[in-house]
Amino acid sequence: MIEIDGVSKEFVKGERRVLALQDIGLRVAEREFVAILGPSGCGKSTLLNMVAGFDHPTCGTVRVAGEEIVAPSPRRAVVFQEPALFPWLSVMENVVFGPKTQRQPAADYRRRAAQIIEQVGLRGFEASYPAELSGGMRQRVGIARVLIMQPEVLLMDEPFGSLDAQTRMLMQELLLQVWERHHRTVLFITHDIEEALLLADRVCVMTARPGRIKKSIDVGIPRPRAIEVTTSPEFNALRRDVLALIRQESEHAAMAAAGG
Amino acid sequence: MNRRLPAPWFVVLPVLLVALWHFAVDLRWVAAGIIPSPAQVLRSWHTWIFGSTTAMLSPYSGTWLDNVVYSTRRVLQGFGLAALVAIPLGLIIGWSRLAARLIDPTVQLLRPVPITAWLPFAIAVFGIYDASALFLIGLGAFYPIVVNTTHGVRDTNLLLLRAARMLGADTITILAKVVFPSALPSIFTGLRLGIGVAWTAVIVAEMIAVKSGLGYVLWDAYYVGRMDICVATMFSVGLLGFLSDRVIVWAGRLVLRWRTLEAHA
Repeated sequence: MIEIDGVSKEFVKGERRVLALQDIGLRVAEREFVAILGPSGCGKSTLLNMVAGFDHPTCGTVRVAGEEIVAPSPRRAVVFQEPALFPWLSVMENVVFGPKTQRQPAADYRRRAAQIIEQVGLRGFEASYPAELSGGMRQRVGIARVLIMQPEVLLMDEPFGSLDAQTRMLMQELLLQVWERHHRTVLFITHDIEEALLLADRVCVMTARPGRIKKSIDVGIPRPRAIEVTTSPEFNALRRDVLALIRQESEHAAMAAAGG
Repeated sequence: MNRRLPAPWFVVLPVLLVALWHFAVDLRWVAAGIIPSPAQVLRSWHTWIFGSTTAMLSPYSGTWLDNVVYSTRRVLQGFGLAALVAIPLGLIIGWSRLAARLIDPTVQLLRPVPITAWLPFAIAVFGIYDASALFLIGLGAFYPIVVNTTHGVRDTNLLLLRAARMLGADTITILAKVVFPSALPSIFTGLRLGIGVAWTAVIVAEMIAVKSGLGYVLWDAYYVGRMDICVATMFSVGLLGFLSDRVIVWAGRLVLRWRTLEAHA
């Protein structure tokens, strides 16, 4: 579904050139949930922006469903870290913004909107404005407004990163439920090891500066999953593996920084 | 603070000023016969509004409302015209870098030219007609509206633009449904400044370019030595300016309800 081949990205800031991503190769199969795990500043959001069409690779290609990406499209919907809702629109108006813009028949999208609002637990808040909602509820609207687009690919850029621990856990469970139901191809960016292992079929661990994919780890935990799997022995074994990878990498980086 | 009893503090300074004015005239601190007393202004204003019961004929008897209507109509027409041009233009300048390069320098160069300096030009081109006044009022109100609209457009959150694009919005939809509402708070700031300039411009224009309205009365009364009418005119313009500003603030609150929610969140 998603094919990323030999992608590098260089940013030019005045005189300085920064290599953000180097030779990224990644394939995400249809209906696969892949998490990209990496420290802040490793370029993982840049990678997602290129799949979304907000940014373009310096070299290499990004394809979705065989087509090279030139611009953003509702077929590749994005959930941002900040909910990025339109503050002057109510919950319902935010959710139907996409289909309304696409000039879909109102009767059709109204019905679907009601369903999805119910699924993400926002029933009764249709007429509320984003400012009246909590952070977790805003992010639910952010998820609902992309689910209604029935996208081929769901791109999530640390969507729960700005939420408190408890809300984050609830949102992860909600996403698991929603994913079981809609079963879309998902590319999920995070720096949280547990979050990545809990949600994804496969976790790609990235290195920092320049960002490269160090290793791809299959998460063999059966679905449907619930938050309780995070206490199971197999989950802990996976977490140990990922931690070891990350530690190895940071020691590597420290040695490189020391001039070794 | 005690919020149940809003003390009318705002009346203190005006009362003091009027008292000072009264005694300045009464005790002859100012040259006698030049500055009218508050009571005299009030009497003249009353006659100007309601007419005189005595047989004394005066051009200022019962003509207040007519002149208020003349001036207000000019302000609303000029201001409306300005808003109609300035808001779309501001959207374009703020949105497109090419349009900004093409139009913005000219706007910024013309902006420092005071509307008073445009007077001879306006009369030469439009003559002593309403068109002159409308041109001056419109031009004066245009600048703050266009500048603030541009500013508001440029302040639009990049994330909201990205969100709209990934939801399938084209440029026209983004301008209408995202950029415009996002710039509305700034646009209303521009409108408030604009209506203020419009009242300044209408007085200037009516003093010279047309023969009716409050500005005309002001200048005419000055020439015939009716300082009482001059002062009453000043108060009238002040009140009208204040009222029109309140109307815009009220309309802004109505349209920007989502923002007051944000402020309380």
